[in-house]
Amino acid sequence: MAKYNSHILVCGGTGCRASQGEEIVENLTRAIEENGIENEVQVVRTGCFGFCEKGPVVKIIPDNTFYVHVSPDDASEIIAEHLVKGRKVNRLLFVDPETQQAVSESKDMGFYKKQLRIALRNCGFINPENIEEYIARDGYAALGKALTSMTPEEVIKEIMDSGLRGRGGGGFPTGLKWDLTRKVESDVKYVVCNADEGDPGAFMDRSILEGDPHSVLEAMAINGYCTGASNGLIYIRAEYPLAIQRLKIAIDQARESGLLGKDIFGTGFDFDVEMRYGAGAFVCGEETSLIHSMEGLRGEPTVKPPFPSEKGYKGKPTNVNNVETYANIPVILLKGSEWFSRIGSEKSKGTKVFALAGKVNNVGLIEVPMGTTLREVIFDIGGGIKDGKKFKAVQTGGPSGGCLTEKHLDIPIDYDNLLQCGSMMGSGGMIVMDEDDCMVSMAKFYLDFTVEESCGKCAPCRIGNKRLYEMLDKITKGNGTEEDLARLRNLSNVIKDTSLCGLGQTSPNPVLSTMENFPEEYLAHVKDGKCPAGQCRSLMEYVIDEDKCVGCTLCSRVCPVDAISGDKKMPHVIDVSVCIKCGACMEKCKFGAISVQ
Amino acid sequence: MEIVKLTIDNKPVVVEKGTTILEAAKTIGVNIPSLCYMKLEDMDFENKPGGCRVCVVEVEGRRNLAPACKSEVTEGMVVNTHSVRVVNARRTVMELILSDHPAECLTCAKSGKCDLQTLAQDLGIREIRYEGEQSHYKGDESPAIIREMDKCIMCRRCETACNEVQTVGVLSGINRGFESVVATAFEMDLDHSACTYCGQCVAVCPTGALTERDSTNKVLDALMDPSKTVVVQTAPAVRAALGEEFGMEPGTLVTGKMASSLRKLGFDYVFDTDFAADLTIMEEGTELLGRLNKFLKGDKDVKLPILTSCCPAWVNFFEHNFPEMKEIPSTAKSPQQMFGAIAKTYFADQLKKKREDLVVVSVMPCLAKKYEVSRDEFKVNGDPDVNISISTRELGQMIRNANIDFAALTDEDFDRPLGESTGASVIFGTTGGVIEAAVRTAYEIQTGQELEKVDFHELRGMEGIREATIDFAGLPIRIGIAHGLGNARKLLEDIKAGKSEFHAIEIMACPGGCIGGGGQPYHHGNVEILKKRQQAIYAEDAGKTLRKSHDNPYIKKLYEEFLGEPCGHKSHDLLHTYYFDKKKKIEI
Repeated sequence: MAKYNSHILVCGGTGCRASQGEEIVENLTRAIEENGIENEVQVVRTGCFGFCEKGPVVKIIPDNTFYVHVSPDDASEIIAEHLVKGRKVNRLLFVDPETQQAVSESKDMGFYKKQLRIALRNCGFINPENIEEYIARDGYAALGKALTSMTPEEVIKEIMDSGLRGRGGGGFPTGLKWDLTRKVESDVKYVVCNADEGDPGAFMDRSILEGDPHSVLEAMAINGYCTGASNGLIYIRAEYPLAIQRLKIAIDQARESGLLGKDIFGTGFDFDVEMRYGAGAFVCGEETSLIHSMEGLRGEPTVKPPFPSEKGYKGKPTNVNNVETYANIPVILLKGSEWFSRIGSEKSKGTKVFALAGKVNNVGLIEVPMGTTLREVIFDIGGGIKDGKKFKAVQTGGPSGGCLTEKHLDIPIDYDNLLQCGSMMGSGGMIVMDEDDCMVSMAKFYLDFTVEESCGKCAPCRIGNKRLYEMLDKITKGNGTEEDLARLRNLSNVIKDTSLCGLGQTSPNPVLSTMENFPEEYLAHVKDGKCPAGQCRSLMEYVIDEDKCVGCTLCSRVCPVDAISGDKKMPHVIDVSVCIKCGACMEKCKFGAISVQ
Repeated sequence: MEIVKLTIDNKPVVVEKGTTILEAAKTIGVNIPSLCYMKLEDMDFENKPGGCRVCVVEVEGRRNLAPACKSEVTEGMVVNTHSVRVVNARRTVMELILSDHPAECLTCAKSGKCDLQTLAQDLGIREIRYEGEQSHYKGDESPAIIREMDKCIMCRRCETACNEVQTVGVLSGINRGFESVVATAFEMDLDHSACTYCGQCVAVCPTGALTERDSTNKVLDALMDPSKTVVVQTAPAVRAALGEEFGMEPGTLVTGKMASSLRKLGFDYVFDTDFAADLTIMEEGTELLGRLNKFLKGDKDVKLPILTSCCPAWVNFFEHNFPEMKEIPSTAKSPQQMFGAIAKTYFADQLKKKREDLVVVSVMPCLAKKYEVSRDEFKVNGDPDVNISISTRELGQMIRNANIDFAALTDEDFDRPLGESTGASVIFGTTGGVIEAAVRTAYEIQTGQELEKVDFHELRGMEGIREATIDFAGLPIRIGIAHGLGNARKLLEDIKAGKSEFHAIEIMACPGGCIGGGGQPYHHGNVEILKKRQQAIYAEDAGKTLRKSHDNPYIKKLYEEFLGEPCGHKSHDLLHTYYFDKKKKIEI
């Protein structure tokens, strides 16, 4: 086996791959050969580094140089300069937006400073398609420890003591869930991994599966040992092809190594994992829907109880956990519950992975200790708001989370605090909005999603969300009334109170939280017919300031619908009844005479 | 039995563990409004998806409202069924459901019998605060069932009936969100699916989404046509249920009033399908004995058990699902079709009329009969033996339409010759009846002895699958009975696996047999109604002078004057049929 003195880690996550990541790998490999250093330098395709804003990302080990926005054309220079001559390619280094200084190592970057990567510990570090790399990072040691030196009860106690709660959104204590399944007597039991990540813009689970699939397999096997199940099922959406491919490779490798299959570690414990593909329905992230979908039935929830722990897949006791929850398990067993429970807040232990998106400078995948504040996430890690705009709100918990504002920025993030503020942890979506974002439109956007994704089984969710959407649409078009606001509130509350599953029980959250936190914005829409953020087209009016207009006629020539008239060198006028609000005139005007009101 | 104590609306309640809040509330007289929920006790029908959310109640300590139909009681539970929160939620949910339902009550087939309409009235909904877009779906008009899915409220009762009770499995929820609806695979029309037209989906649908194909106008057209002689036949189960259409107690026998009303409606001859049921027994009973005796003599080519073939939905079921066994059912046509065949030959000859000048109308408890009349093998040169089949409900509608005061009618008798019948024929209307009627006749023919007692209680009841052994003077005849196609499937699987030891099996597609048919007055989930209809059927039988089909003098006359002998050449031409393999017909 070759002993390399340098490793080039190239992000192989979906995002960086889409930005020619594969070509970078090819070019690097070729350049290495051309320079004849193939016995010294190895290129490794890893999982996601998280700093997607700056992708494609390439990292050089052992000096930890972190190159950003790398293109395939940069490959030969990286090899020739950095690997051969030992000189960093400065133009590819990350530049701190505040100091304007190049930063070479990720640990010195604001984006990474406050992060603590437990679930993502191997993402961006090992080759997910090589089980040996996982094993080298203590992979499968936790399974070995559990099987050879612990009873199922001891393992469950360790998980319980760690305080780990379900990362899929519900926050149910994981150890307790395992214990419930363990206590039900049955000849057959199932362990399921919920990889039906469906929040728009969220990719926490996908990144873990793409970057560290074995951590999930190992945890599932540990779960099987604890609950008495020898069948594992991963329910994953078919539109995650890379995650599926890497999982398949991982399952094959684990089987070959005897880490899945019969008589694991010679302990007599049998456990194997199969894949089940979902068609991408959001509601199938709900565990009863997920189970129905796996059974080949329509993906729709049933009333609990009975809980899957009593009656799940094929009527057998089934333990369903989310990907991120599983990724935490091996570390907890190796480092101990005490270590884990020291991280985080009082009732929420450990870390949480978030997909940070929206109007924030550093879009990407982050993992922070529970109890980190929103301010730290958005401003320190996220690098603040894009283009120097003002922070307005942050949506946590995915499409059915709530919208939090300035006043919530210093609240430590955990399950209970977020619920108290009218939002939720959810699976970890986090979308930042600035002053240009209209909160009514934002609520409408999320409702559009839940209307599409409701399974249609229960009336309040099926019809109620549609009506919410219609009312919001009416308001954004300037046709809303104050009475509509009262109806909006009542209907939101009833949908939450009467819906069958978590989808409907939370889908009105964006409406309620924005109504609560931005009442004046709703009133402006319905009373004054104005959209303060200037986002609702129907409520906008383009006007020409006659003092600034010099009559150059550029605007009237660019207007596609001839809505602008005026003589040469005389102030022009926009006919609002004709104007289609395309904004072309404002863009063209060299005198700043056109504005939106 | 484990007991649970709880409080509902401040009243203490003690119920068995496993009871739902809805059921528990009923025990203290609290009727929680519900919509999608439906249970037919003893019929294996329970629909409680917890989908409509109308029955939500407040449970102390619970974050959100609980669906009463689906939530089991727990010790110490405190339930409030009419708090302001509950009432507001119930009203709002109801308004939502109504906001996506066409307000076409004036012309809706279900008006006045619609669970949604009743509930809207009960809740006093006068305004819908949440109006918006309404959903539209593909309509579907099969020969028997009309699906107007814009009126579907996703209660899923039809799915439960079709999939779980009948195991026909052609209906399922499709699409997501606001577009969700119950449909066939790929939204094909029912007549391209494996639908048997049993009509149990129609029987349980709370709204006008699923109804029968209305043929009352066709009947009126025929009655108005002076060139036509219009003959009507009424199935056994109709007389035990028609009264309900006029507010009479379930189980009221209205045979005489029915005959009277049909005459008032203008039918030229008021006959009885019961006559043809007696004829069916002659044919089917003879066929059974023929097969049985050959079998007893060791003929390896004879297949037993023989299966009854009166029920058209059942015939559709085995043609779709068990076509490889299509040689097993009796070849005897159903009574409806035997009647048509005799009416358009024997009776037309008596009237000296051409068959085309006769219009045969049947009044049936059934929707599959509407399909049966359209089958090509039951036509002669394109002229169907039975022209139009209407349901019990449609007859009720016609009587109301003609402003006939049904309750005040004096009893009248059927016309002759095709109106005479025995008690054996009337019990065709309930599960177990056909085989009991067959036994009464077959016994006497086989043994040459007169039956001492014609009532075979061992064949009666409501259990889904029943079995009995009847002693034919030393020869034990093993009989199986199934009602509901799910139960039929079990017996058929046994036959297929070579495990069946029955000589004869009676199968009826609908729970309870024809008394629970898809064309009967709506039972709204009250299984007692079906039981009372069954009692009425047996009462009619007990009250008859003649109790055995072969004693019917007009049947004897029919054989003497026209048919010759049972299962003879002419019978074979007119009264027997053949079956198709429809498995391959399901194409996408």
